[in-house]
Amino acid sequence: MTDRPIIDIRNAAKSYGSLEVLKDISLQVKRGQIVAIIGPSGSGKSTLLRAINDLDPLTSGEVWLEDTQVNKALPTRQYEAHINAVRQNIGMVFQHFNLFPHLNVRDNITLAPKMLKGISKTEADALAVEQLNKVGLLDRIDYYPSQLSGGQKQRVAIARALAMKPKVMLFDEATSALDPELVEEVNLVMKQLAEEHMTMIIVTHEMGFAQDVCDRVLFMDQGVVVEEGPPEVIFKNPANERTRNFLRKHLKGQN
Amino acid sequence: MGLDFSVVPPFAGALFTGALWTIAITVSAAILSFFGGIVFAVIALYAPRIIRLPFRLFAWLFMGTPLLLQLFLIYFGLIQIGIDLPAFVAGVIGLGLHYTVYNSDIIQSGILAVDKGQYEGARTLGLSRMQTLRKIIVPQAVRSVIPPIGNNMIALLKDSALVSVIGVAELTLSSQMAISRTFRPFEFYVAAAACYYVINLGLEAGLRRIERRIQLAR
Repeated sequence: MTDRPIIDIRNAAKSYGSLEVLKDISLQVKRGQIVAIIGPSGSGKSTLLRAINDLDPLTSGEVWLEDTQVNKALPTRQYEAHINAVRQNIGMVFQHFNLFPHLNVRDNITLAPKMLKGISKTEADALAVEQLNKVGLLDRIDYYPSQLSGGQKQRVAIARALAMKPKVMLFDEATSALDPELVEEVNLVMKQLAEEHMTMIIVTHEMGFAQDVCDRVLFMDQGVVVEEGPPEVIFKNPANERTRNFLRKHLKGQN
Repeated sequence: MGLDFSVVPPFAGALFTGALWTIAITVSAAILSFFGGIVFAVIALYAPRIIRLPFRLFAWLFMGTPLLLQLFLIYFGLIQIGIDLPAFVAGVIGLGLHYTVYNSDIIQSGILAVDKGQYEGARTLGLSRMQTLRKIIVPQAVRSVIPPIGNNMIALLKDSALVSVIGVAELTLSSQMAISRTFRPFEFYVAAAACYYVINLGLEAGLRRIERRIQLAR
């Protein structure tokens, strides 16, 4: 079945003590789909995203990547091996980039492929060149992160994630920490990925970007998916009152 | 009797050899205490209790007792249980382990200060805990604590004079031997002090160079 979802979240729930941050969420993402998750802060959207690679483990529910359960219950040692293998297929981009400051751009990109895929230094360097070309930063290959702008750092972080040839890319507010004039260069890279049919799940505050790029939009609030659908519907004609309220606040000023 | 520094030059060779031994001991103990400090720090933070506890006892022993006593124990004491170490080796081990414990404290705080995002960034790429620690966390932690470690190394250089008491003919013992021949303590102690000062300058210059080199990579 080619229609089988690449990411399948089944009845995901998470709570910290009595605080429920995710309440019975199910979500299927098909290959090549681009899904935006929007919602007010504290709605659980980042937690849901971080549950996909088990960075924030769920309290209950299942996460599947194709036919592998990501959050399988295993003894510690086996789980370690399992999750490290699974995570190689799931690229993640963070709000604060999380580039390794002690490594230059080339080594930031090639460290994981070299360590985990056993490729040679020559192959790894070629990989770095390929990925940096993609994000338009080949001339920065020998720079250290401290010498880059925020937008450049985030593009390197994307290149680093792509170098593992992931099946899915997760974006956790990738442009939220950037100065406004640097947002566009990162958005362009993400749009380019969209055109290459990379499967992407994007947590974002940028409604304009979500509208332009995504196939589906989920609006989350208080740990539940309040409404979901194609961007035309969610942004132009939302059915739910909470969605309308949220969008009214967020679309103000953005044409 | 006035001061007469012309008694020093005839012993310049002996003092120079002593200075070389001081440098050799300091460098060896510095290397031991640097890598030892990393190992101790990782064990103190991440090892299971059963391994952590003996190490804590050991750390407490080396922090809570005089270095001089530790040197005596290693050099004279260990012979009784059949471990007969050359004085130089005993000195390096004593100084090295003593400063291992101090460096470990500093490196631990450095490890804890590495941003949590670094760990997440590495783990999401698929690196294991150990790989993350080795390639991401420890290298960053060590870079961030080079200045305080450098201060420890300068203290180590000065403490290396203590190994004179177990008979390593380093700078302090060499000057004492010259004094016993000439009965000129002031001149030779001042000469030895000047040598320590020069070695210290070299050490500081080296540390500054390391700091400059890692400045970009932080």
